[in-house]
Amino acid sequence: MNYFTHPQFSWRFIPVWRRNFLVWKKLAGSSILGNLADPMFYMLGFGYGLGSLIPQVGGASYMTFLAAGTICYSTMNSATFEVLYSGFSRMHVQKTWEAILNAPLTLDDVMLAELTWGASKSLLSGIAILAVIWALGLQQSWLLSLWVIPVVILIGLTFSAMGLVMTAVSPSYDFFMYYFTLVITPMVLLCGVFYPVERMPEILQTVALFLPLSHAIDLVRPLILGHIPSAIFAHVAALLTWTGVSYWLAVGLTRRRILK
Amino acid sequence: MSIIKVRHLAKKYGDNEVVRGLDLDIQRGECFGLLGPNGAGKTTTLKMLLGLVRPDVGEIRILDEDIASHAREARLRIGVVPQMDNLDPDFSVAENLLIYGRYFGLSDAVINSRIPALLEFAGLTSKADAKITSLSGGMKRRLTLARALVNDPELIVLDEPTTGLDPQARHVIWQGLRRLIHQGKTILLTTHFMEEAERLCDNLVILDHGKVIAKGNPRDLIAAEIEPNVVEIYGETVEDWAQQHGAQWCARHEITGETLFCYTHDCIGLIEHLREQQALRYVQRPSNLEDVFLKFTGRELRDA
Repeated sequence: MNYFTHPQFSWRFIPVWRRNFLVWKKLAGSSILGNLADPMFYMLGFGYGLGSLIPQVGGASYMTFLAAGTICYSTMNSATFEVLYSGFSRMHVQKTWEAILNAPLTLDDVMLAELTWGASKSLLSGIAILAVIWALGLQQSWLLSLWVIPVVILIGLTFSAMGLVMTAVSPSYDFFMYYFTLVITPMVLLCGVFYPVERMPEILQTVALFLPLSHAIDLVRPLILGHIPSAIFAHVAALLTWTGVSYWLAVGLTRRRILK
Repeated sequence: MSIIKVRHLAKKYGDNEVVRGLDLDIQRGECFGLLGPNGAGKTTTLKMLLGLVRPDVGEIRILDEDIASHAREARLRIGVVPQMDNLDPDFSVAENLLIYGRYFGLSDAVINSRIPALLEFAGLTSKADAKITSLSGGMKRRLTLARALVNDPELIVLDEPTTGLDPQARHVIWQGLRRLIHQGKTILLTTHFMEEAERLCDNLVILDHGKVIAKGNPRDLIAAEIEPNVVEIYGETVEDWAQQHGAQWCARHEITGETLFCYTHDCIGLIEHLREQQALRYVQRPSNLEDVFLKFTGRELRDA
């Protein structure tokens, strides 16, 4: 039995997305605090604290430099947490998926709902940081900073898709610690959230070149600093590739897990 | 007219043949039971019928849809009660019905117009806004049954609908199912409770090791397979009694643990004889579906 045929698309995924949205609405208070306030505090703390020691990074204030990185970091974290912990809970613990699959929906519909829901939730995290940037007047160009929004959607899709691969193979919540420790944390440290990638040893710069968070930051940071990113097509293509391959793998692995 | 038609259905997991050449015909408006010990292939069969598991071999047609290609279309007209409750704990009772109805592509207006009747059916009218975690096991089951009706299905599939319920709650579920049968719904259920099958089912099959080993109407099956009277005899000396008298009084007899099941056509003489046996206690009862089940599937434990 081949589980790895290409994922199917159907608009029937929308009621599942709406279900997740309704749950989120009920729990919005704590969710907003965790997903939005936390990265904001880090950004302001480091921005003011370290920013007073580091006057300029790449021609901008450290706060501005960090704020651009934080958009990507926060979007990534939010999407990852959603599809890992909440997704696993819906799939394995609460058996929500099982109930949905008895209705006229397929596992591919459920996966598409998870992918788009993870991206939707992380969009909110990204926009929240962007709002702080606007409030502090850190952006150099209003118009360019608005272009961050579609990029954040793409970043959310990428990390939702990657996270779903983990959810597909996870036996328990504990398993996700591997992903955070071995994938997410090194990526945050390698890809230029807190400092420019160019300050790293060359070998690490080469590794960073392949990681999706680098491409996300290479798109978002110039937009905040007020210039059009270079090599837009290459960065977008890299993120789309990570999204497509991860999603295909996640759907295949999840089919193998559930539909047997 | 067949609502479910299954031919040559087979499924293997590794070397384990879970379902081996199953044929089923279920007519519109009947209640059909799928019986069998643990591991007989019941749940796998249901999953294949719903298009959630692909069979290795075989054809399934449900409500005139070919499940291999049109499971989604078939499921639009089927209601499913799963073995384990999987209600949405984040929502209230009424919200659970609304959210589930949306999965069928129904508009909120249509679902909201159906919710009062569904709550009434489940006896949960006063609980519309209650949290799922505050419901008893029986209430959850009733809500799960009501949820399966949100799309006004022609066919309702229930996987062990009363497992884990107390007798009162079980009777309420049976009452609900009988109401659905009267409304002309077709019901397919799996169960371990022979009493449940005997009360509700017009027809049934007993599965074992993935094959049908008996089928028919429960009363016909009992009449055809089992002597009309059963005397259950208990006591420490029951084995000795069986050796000395078993063949004389019983058409057939079997010992399980310290109970002897004696199957007879006429038990008057046996009862008189047993009255004089101080060391033995006994119960006389008519034969039932459980006797048929045990005759076909044996008495040894299946998960040992």
